[in-house]
Amino acid sequence: MTIKGKAYIVGAFEHPTRKAPDKSLAELHAECAAGALADAGLAKDDVDGYFCGGDALGGAASFADYMNLKLRHVDSTDAGGCSPLIHVSHAAQAIAAGKCDVALVTLAGRPRSDGMATGTTPRPRDPQQPDAQFETAMTLTTANGYAMVAARHMHEFATTSEQLAWIKVAASHHAQHNPNAMLPQVVTVEDVVNSPIVSTPLHRLDCCVISDGGGALVVTRPEIANKLGRPRVRIIGSGEAIKHQSAGYVDLTYSAAVAAGRAAFAEAGVTPADIRYVSIYDSFTITVLVQIEDLGFCEKGKGGAFVADGNLISGVGRLPFNTDGGGLCNNHPANRGGMTKVIEAVRQLRGEAHPAVQVKDCGLALAHGTGLALAARHGGATLIMERE
Amino acid sequence: MAMIKDRELTPPVPNAETAAFWKAAEDGRLLIGRCTATGRAFFYPRRVSPFTLSGDVEWIEASGRGTIYSFSYMARAKVPFAIAYVELEEGPMVLTNIVDCDSDQIAIGLPVRLVFKPSNGGPPIPMFTPE
Repeated sequence: MTIKGKAYIVGAFEHPTRKAPDKSLAELHAECAAGALADAGLAKDDVDGYFCGGDALGGAASFADYMNLKLRHVDSTDAGGCSPLIHVSHAAQAIAAGKCDVALVTLAGRPRSDGMATGTTPRPRDPQQPDAQFETAMTLTTANGYAMVAARHMHEFATTSEQLAWIKVAASHHAQHNPNAMLPQVVTVEDVVNSPIVSTPLHRLDCCVISDGGGALVVTRPEIANKLGRPRVRIIGSGEAIKHQSAGYVDLTYSAAVAAGRAAFAEAGVTPADIRYVSIYDSFTITVLVQIEDLGFCEKGKGGAFVADGNLISGVGRLPFNTDGGGLCNNHPANRGGMTKVIEAVRQLRGEAHPAVQVKDCGLALAHGTGLALAARHGGATLIMERE
Repeated sequence: MAMIKDRELTPPVPNAETAAFWKAAEDGRLLIGRCTATGRAFFYPRRVSPFTLSGDVEWIEASGRGTIYSFSYMARAKVPFAIAYVELEEGPMVLTNIVDCDSDQIAIGLPVRLVFKPSNGGPPIPMFTPE
């Protein structure tokens, strides 16, 4: 069974907040849900399928209860920050199988208000998590793990800090047009490489923002999408994968995007050359570089040259990316960038991105996410969408 | 950048499956797993073969010699430290720290040897230092 053409994204909403000390986690989820349903022109009681990840603390039942949803399908698959992309794919599968008609996906969190040192302190692990006892004392954090990927990439392929910096520069060029972006200032390659080292070889400006907020998406079947009068964004391919340490035979040069991307392109029947816009997970600059290579937008090891000189800037380069400013400059709610990746791809396909960054004739877009720890065990998920 | 200092290490929580590993660590030995069906070594150790899912595994003692596959010196930590993957002579890689050296000495490909560092009330932790 394919999901190609079986489901449409009809509602997308990014919460405007970036700091929400006066809001609860559940309130943020519910505000995002209401925003996406209003965008779609649907009501709460139209929802019969609900999808959420680990940021919905207490699980899907607690959040379905809070929002008083009446459900016949639920999925709380969690693979960190790429979970919303998996949820959209699973929603399309459930709709294709007749398990639900209107699927709601929510994500929200408030790490900024909670004072979370997202990148520089380890995420708590249960002692029974099988890897915990061998790794907890080593203090793998988000920043130093992704930094090891960058160090190896530099070693094998002579990638430079300046090339990585171009990814932040491109994101900042887009963020200047986003009134809600946390970092709307345009930065230069020099600004990035002269910012303090967080964990070698990554600098402070190689890292994403820490923000409160969230987003939501509504996915439905063609008959309902037809009646809504919104631009039609059709899901035509998806893929998901997990990559890990392979019993100790680690290879940090590629990610789960190889397998996820291959599956998504095969299902969609398109190639990287056909894609007009990409949302690429940008927890760090290196995350973008590895994924662009793995998805086939350039040869493995050539990502540094590919992203340099503005090639990711809308209106300038070959592959406009993260035109909302991405996680690097705009928003990384709940420390999970997957939701905003899908939302900006939907805006581009609808022609609703900011005019300064809107890609002309944007008929085909790809969103990809990476979740959890790229250097140890991570998820990858790809969605390919087209405007009808 | 700077000499790497000892820091407080969170103790591991051993269980029935891993008790032998941590007992050997008390004696200054690093155990890794080997699948007896395929002959391949693996890490982290487990009593189920990651190649066949059978229980046909044995413990072997690693020589303690290896090379750095990748590393990152985390300058922005209360006590800066260097995380690394070390590729053991026996094949598999260990997620570890590089200790007892200057951070400027650390490089991919550098030969390293095993040292143990005390954890805060638990068994000692296998780490590596330049040869």
